[in-house]
Amino acid sequence: MSEIDTKIAANREIDARGSFCPGPLLELIRGIRESDIGETLAILSGDAGSRKDIPAWVAKAGHEMLGIEDHDGYARFVVRKVR
Amino acid sequence: MPANVVILGGGVGGTLTANLLAKRLKPGEARIQVVDPTGIHVYQPGFQYVAVGQARAQSLSRDERSLLNRRVELIVDQATYIDAQAKEVSLGHGGSLPYDYLVVATGARLVPEQVPGLIEGAHEFYSLEGSLRLREALRGFKGGRLVIGVAGMPYKCPPAPVEFALLADSFLRKRGVREKTQIDFLSPLNRAFTIESASKMVARIYAKQGINLHTFVNVEAVDPSRGEVSSLEGESFPYDLLVLVPPHRGAEFIEKSGLVDRGGWVPTDRHSLAVRGTDGVFAIGDTTDLPISKSGSTAHYQSPVVVERIAAGVQGVDLARNKGHYDGKVACFMETGQGKGTILYFNYERPPKSPGPYRRWHWAKWAFNRAYWYTVPQGRV
Repeated sequence: MSEIDTKIAANREIDARGSFCPGPLLELIRGIRESDIGETLAILSGDAGSRKDIPAWVAKAGHEMLGIEDHDGYARFVVRKVR
Repeated sequence: MPANVVILGGGVGGTLTANLLAKRLKPGEARIQVVDPTGIHVYQPGFQYVAVGQARAQSLSRDERSLLNRRVELIVDQATYIDAQAKEVSLGHGGSLPYDYLVVATGARLVPEQVPGLIEGAHEFYSLEGSLRLREALRGFKGGRLVIGVAGMPYKCPPAPVEFALLADSFLRKRGVREKTQIDFLSPLNRAFTIESASKMVARIYAKQGINLHTFVNVEAVDPSRGEVSSLEGESFPYDLLVLVPPHRGAEFIEKSGLVDRGGWVPTDRHSLAVRGTDGVFAIGDTTDLPISKSGSTAHYQSPVVVERIAAGVQGVDLARNKGHYDGKVACFMETGQGKGTILYFNYERPPKSPGPYRRWHWAKWAFNRAYWYTVPQGRV
């Protein structure tokens, strides 16, 4: 997993900033459920907990974390659906 | 000529929006029509109480007409298509309704067929019929493995499955079969609930009540012949009685109208609630693609925003300062079992806190459920 500043392209982007319930991780899971294998999904989160939660779920579910970009007040997580 | 305001859906959001508009705009300014396929208003937060015998099914529905301002026209029909270019809505029994402003408040539908084996193998408490069937199953349950989980995202009322595990725990204790029952709660997250403070509270209570918490379990399939449920993450769990939150999507006719994203939700501006790419169309409640709770509370707080915007448009005036802007506000009560509860209150900027658990929030939820019919649809709270 790499941390980079440039924007990684994604097939789709979900803006989950300001989402406390259901929260960014559940928005990511929703997006992954809706995606086809091989597609990439970006999720924007302002929640500091996402730094831990999102990579942990991506690893457990067997998908690929392509990168985490830091922006002003939020982070952009890019994930590829693998299975 | 009065403006035509058409509201699709007679749930919390549609009914409240219609009633607020009827108070706000004169008959010469606007004609207000609500289209609902059944004409029956259903209070969905009561479903889980029906399943554990704490509420009667009859107490959860009322004639939509009885909740609407007399000026509002109720059309009991199924909308079949929105033509956002021509600005009209087609109806199932024929004909169409032209609109100047359209409010899409059609909620979410259950799509259990999206998960293999779910219809045959699992119970649910997200419909009245399902809750009644689950009630019978719980009454006849003689012990074994009770598994509770989530089979789709997003779903209505995020705390509901967490609460249901506690309600089922209490129900089975009263029936004297709890000692013979193992309760497994399958959380989609790496904790019991999305809001961390509430999650810690729930985890503590689950441990005390002997409810097993399994994390990162997003249900993908059910095998009724083997009595087993499996997850996106590659695990499986045996069950004797399975209760799952079914997958949800937006209304089917909106999909046919080409107004939705991949998940069947309407792309909606998070502050103005305008449907992106349209003119004069707003969306509220469960049908939006906003990353916030799908709940009556959300629709309740969104309705006044849409009313402000429509009223300003009809009257040809600028929006009043600090009006017509949704800040993501949601407030809901959450049962934590043993006659206690908490309240979750937050918006886009302010993270939620969850006080307690205290008895007063359990009783507040109890009172709210009963006072709903006389307060929320009329805009009194």
